[in-house]
Amino acid sequence: MKKQNHFTLDEKLSDISRRDFMKFCGIMAVSMGLPIGVAPQIAAAITNPKRRPPVIWLHGQECTGCTESLLWTSHPSIANLILELISLDYHETLEVGAGHQAEAAFNNAVTENAGKFILVIEGSVPVKDGGIYCKIGGRPFTDIVKETAAKAAAIVAIGSCASWGGVQSSEPNPTGATGIPEFLKGTTVVTIPGCPPNAYNFLSTILHFLTFGKLPDLDEKGRPKFAYGRLIHENCERRPHFDAGRFAEEFGDEGHRKGYCLFKLGCKGPMTYANCPSILFNEVGSGAWPVGTGHPCFGCVEEGIGFTIPQFTQADVENVTPAAAHAPIRAERGAGVSKGSAALLGGIAGAAIGAGAVIAKRLGDADKGE
Amino acid sequence: MEIKRRDFLKGLASGALLAVAPPALAGSPKKSRLPDALGILYDSTLCVGCQVCMVACKKANNMPDEHYGPQKIWDNPIDLSAKTLNIIKEYENGNGKYKDRKIDGYAFVKRQCMHCVDPSCVSACPASALTKDRKTGIVTYNKDACIGCRYCEIVCPFNIPKFQWEEPFPQIVKCQLCSHLLVKGEIAACCSECPTGASLFGPVKDLLKETGRRQKMTPGKQYDFPISSISSGKTQTHKAARYIPHVYGENEAGGTQVLYLAGMPFNRLGLPELPDRPYTALAENIQHMLYKGMILPIVALGGLIFLVKRTGEKEE
Repeated sequence: MKKQNHFTLDEKLSDISRRDFMKFCGIMAVSMGLPIGVAPQIAAAITNPKRRPPVIWLHGQECTGCTESLLWTSHPSIANLILELISLDYHETLEVGAGHQAEAAFNNAVTENAGKFILVIEGSVPVKDGGIYCKIGGRPFTDIVKETAAKAAAIVAIGSCASWGGVQSSEPNPTGATGIPEFLKGTTVVTIPGCPPNAYNFLSTILHFLTFGKLPDLDEKGRPKFAYGRLIHENCERRPHFDAGRFAEEFGDEGHRKGYCLFKLGCKGPMTYANCPSILFNEVGSGAWPVGTGHPCFGCVEEGIGFTIPQFTQADVENVTPAAAHAPIRAERGAGVSKGSAALLGGIAGAAIGAGAVIAKRLGDADKGE
Repeated sequence: MEIKRRDFLKGLASGALLAVAPPALAGSPKKSRLPDALGILYDSTLCVGCQVCMVACKKANNMPDEHYGPQKIWDNPIDLSAKTLNIIKEYENGNGKYKDRKIDGYAFVKRQCMHCVDPSCVSACPASALTKDRKTGIVTYNKDACIGCRYCEIVCPFNIPKFQWEEPFPQIVKCQLCSHLLVKGEIAACCSECPTGASLFGPVKDLLKETGRRQKMTPGKQYDFPISSISSGKTQTHKAARYIPHVYGENEAGGTQVLYLAGMPFNRLGLPELPDRPYTALAENIQHMLYKGMILPIVALGGLIFLVKRTGEKEE
């Protein structure tokens, strides 16, 4: 980051310049589909220590990819900002303490902030055989989730594992891996599926909660609509190639190198609802998402698609808006019958009938004359 | 009114002729499918509307682009024409959200020559410019024999043959099932390019078997669908749709070699509702009956000679 000397210390938030900070708030507002004018409101929510809610982050059956994606984004010092913004009271990956110390920190955080904290759960819950397949401090994860969830103000399931079970819930699902909404049936759980999910989708949801005091609009699967409301296929930069029937036939062929549609390679874009093509990953510029780099979408956010339908199996194209250029079933050419043409035709027909009658009459007269 | 004995007998004779005629009209011998007939099975439920078949068709047949409306950048025909042998059309209803649904749904349909078992165009063509291949059953066109009468255009129940109105030496244009590729051992371009197997090439008897298999599928369950050609060995897994229990082209107009499966009634997709007999059967039978053994023409000629002779005698 370029050093900007004209900012005073007051205008700085830790090592982030005010300018960068406001830029971040602006980006957040836009990614949530809010007007840019909301950015100062977001900034106020973040910098107000009284409104900074405690967050307790649990890890179940998972790979820590979601945490990684959050920490390694190239926002200005995202890790720092996260600590500033949400008072992360417990997070196993980032915990300095270990063993009993960590356990004590967890218990303290839960008791002190009962009813106030945001519970973020990463990873699925193995329910088979009494939950013995995931234990923390000797306790099954099932018990930990149940007890902690009961005291949380809001529950966010981050990643596909927490949202619907993830890779370990694929057949034959030996541990009985279950997503949080299924496990805590009847409780509102915000899900941010993805493997890993885009960090912006998580941050935006949290910021929405901080700024407006309520969760963003959710769909029936608990996913924020701003992030999971649109089909990838409808917003994909390769869609024109689909509509024109131009497909990559195999990896590395001419069509693939030219950026043609990856449908024939098994792209799940036509079945997957996520904002990947619009929001991209890692803020490195255009094309930074799977399909953009030439890899067919895997459908990682969607239950029953990611880790379930094989990568090279073609997607079902069911609820896709067809291209506007399709020919209609019944094509009307020309303007049809106009008043003028009808009158002209009528006139000609009338004249012909009249002439016929006259000729017939004359013929009759001629016969009589003979 | 006084009836002469002679007139009465004449009336009897003509009555007997008419009595013979109806069975000949009704009992039109339906032509059976050729054993090695080739065709296409188009499954609307598998079609994703990508129009790759249209692109492939134009390339394979050297057809020019066609523009409809003000836009002149890409090919966008709205119907079959002298420049378009194959077209994907879209049915849309209500909010157009759900595939293969009649209400609030959308569906695609491919239009092209149906390669009828008993083609009207071949029957109507006075110059034998349109012929049906004796082995494959493909209806092809010979521009050198064509006299430009356009009877084929009028007689086709599917409205397929098109006339090149804009050409100084016009021809009739219609799909010939990529006959020029078949001799090279390839298959119809629309089928070889189709990503989902919605257009499937193959011998008609195998395609008919495939339609039977698909109609027995449980909707929503995953099945393997062959792509390109039924014998290609390549398949794609798709969820089976809810098919309507009807194979369009199995019996329509005496049967066609292009068959259709869909998830909604075919008349919604612009395919006409046709009787099971070929369209030209009636006209053909009347003609064949009239000229059978040259009996009727000879009788008619005899009658005319008699009339002329009698009139001549009276005037004398």
